[in-house]
Amino acid sequence: MIAPFAARFKHWKRDRRALWVGYAMIAVALAVLPFLVDNTLGRTWVRVIDFALIYAMLALGLNIVVGFAGLLDLGYIAFYAVGAYTWALLASPQFGLHLPFWLILPIGFVAAGFFGVLLGAPTLRLRGDYLAIVTLGFGEIVRIFLNNLDHPVNITNGPIGINLIDPVMIGGVSLTKTHEILGIEFSGTHIYYYLLLLLVMATIFVCVRLEDSRLGRAWIAIREDETAAQAMGINTRNVKLLAFAMGASFGGIAGGLFSSFQGFVSPESFILLESIMVLCMVVLGGMGHVAGVVLGTFLLAVLPEVLRHGASPVQQQLFGKVILDPESLRMMLFGLALILVMLLRPSGLWPSPIRRREFADAKADS
Amino acid sequence: MNLLELKSLKVAYGGINAVKGVDLRVGAGEMVALIGANGAGKTSTLKAICGMLHHGGRVLYRGEDVSNQPSHELVARGLAMVPEGRGVFGRLTVAENLEMGAYIRRDARAIRDDMDHVYKLFPRLAERRRQTAGTLSGGEQQMLAIGRALMSQPKLLLLDEPSMGLAPMMVEKIFEVVRQVSAEGVTVLLVEQNAKLALEAANRGYVMESGEITLTDDARALLDNPQVRQAYLGE
Repeated sequence: MIAPFAARFKHWKRDRRALWVGYAMIAVALAVLPFLVDNTLGRTWVRVIDFALIYAMLALGLNIVVGFAGLLDLGYIAFYAVGAYTWALLASPQFGLHLPFWLILPIGFVAAGFFGVLLGAPTLRLRGDYLAIVTLGFGEIVRIFLNNLDHPVNITNGPIGINLIDPVMIGGVSLTKTHEILGIEFSGTHIYYYLLLLLVMATIFVCVRLEDSRLGRAWIAIREDETAAQAMGINTRNVKLLAFAMGASFGGIAGGLFSSFQGFVSPESFILLESIMVLCMVVLGGMGHVAGVVLGTFLLAVLPEVLRHGASPVQQQLFGKVILDPESLRMMLFGLALILVMLLRPSGLWPSPIRRREFADAKADS
Repeated sequence: MNLLELKSLKVAYGGINAVKGVDLRVGAGEMVALIGANGAGKTSTLKAICGMLHHGGRVLYRGEDVSNQPSHELVARGLAMVPEGRGVFGRLTVAENLEMGAYIRRDARAIRDDMDHVYKLFPRLAERRRQTAGTLSGGEQQMLAIGRALMSQPKLLLLDEPSMGLAPMMVEKIFEVVRQVSAEGVTVLLVEQNAKLALEAANRGYVMESGEITLTDDARALLDNPQVRQAYLGE
């Protein structure tokens, strides 16, 4: 904590120049990535990356709850839904409201955070599997509400969902349309890439700062031993609620952007499988480790798409016909990959130092 | 002046009364031992004092009523507890555990000094500062638990069974440090089953039996008390 942080800083000072060169290279790579992908693989893949970025925001939010504070949340997608529907209701023909994005985004942030506290407050005394069951129920309740709130008063349009949702508009300019800036053509998918990238980087920044903060330490203490944390003078109630609220808020922002990017939302997007998917990203990458979570997200968001697009042509080439349906193959390989990672690297692909110790302990105990 | 005063403190679990109206006081700078057999209600009393158990009656700390206040507020006011079974953060290093003990403080430099002080009290911890707490022996973990509690700069230290499950040599060492901490001006309320050790270290003692205080006196006098000798010192 204090000492390793200081050590890291010293290390920075020494090769600051190399670090800046590295940063500049990463920045350039990220800036040209959508054009590179567009020209080699096609527009679809830029979209895939856009969705990966939305998932990254979700996974980073869930990581605060599960990774930092150690509270297993199986209903996390509910906050994504709250954010998505907040945007959909405030910027679509549904109620004839068309609020600007800089107003809706904070509203979605606060609304999701509020729902986070709503879930957190009654579950303060629960831990582990019990907490997981309650959060799972919460996620389903939100989805079912959205599915049925079309009567007696129509709010959400029920299973049909809400269509024609406004995109992000800046100065009357829609970001989902193609624009020409300085002679370069930016499609909506490209522009959203930059917007999402910016937000993901902001999220990463907040998460890294949180990890090194007093609050981050309080979360570690609660994750390790709640009673002892209390004896350290930590207000465990508030600190846990903060974890729920902050994690949920990031989910809310991601949901809003999802809504505006798709132009359409329906309850189908917020099923339990989605919650589990985001959790898998966190666990596979390395719970509690920001870089690991981002890695896990990109693997799980991009690889299945690779399989979806690549499975048929490869089979055609090898056997002359498609033997396995790409969709079922995709899920099968996905499951296999998860099992292998959990067997071979139980603390995740890129774990944080403390988590690595935890799993090392578990191994030594058994 | 009384640093801590309990006025007919009561604790009940469901229908069972674990503590049935305990009166007890700890003067500033004193070391007071609360002795008694297993299940007498000693730990419940301690937990009630530090806000971890809902209780009846009154707890006065520095003259103020702090009954049923949440523990994090009491820690901030200088009341630190070393829980039974130590409760160290097993996967954090010794140094990180001590840093966690200073959670309520923001004076980084003074925290450093206090950490050095703890390492001086327990040289064993200094040797193991980069080791995770879970890999320490029971005695070392007890040292760490006490050191961690000291990191909050307590005025009153509540110790729950520091000798439990430790080798006699280790117990000696722990008590040596408890005496030293007390000599440095920290008030100590010590709960122990090992009555002899506790009374030898303390100024005064209380004997607890099935939820009630049955006897209180100077520690010396209690050591000589035939009742105590028979019941708790095995004579």
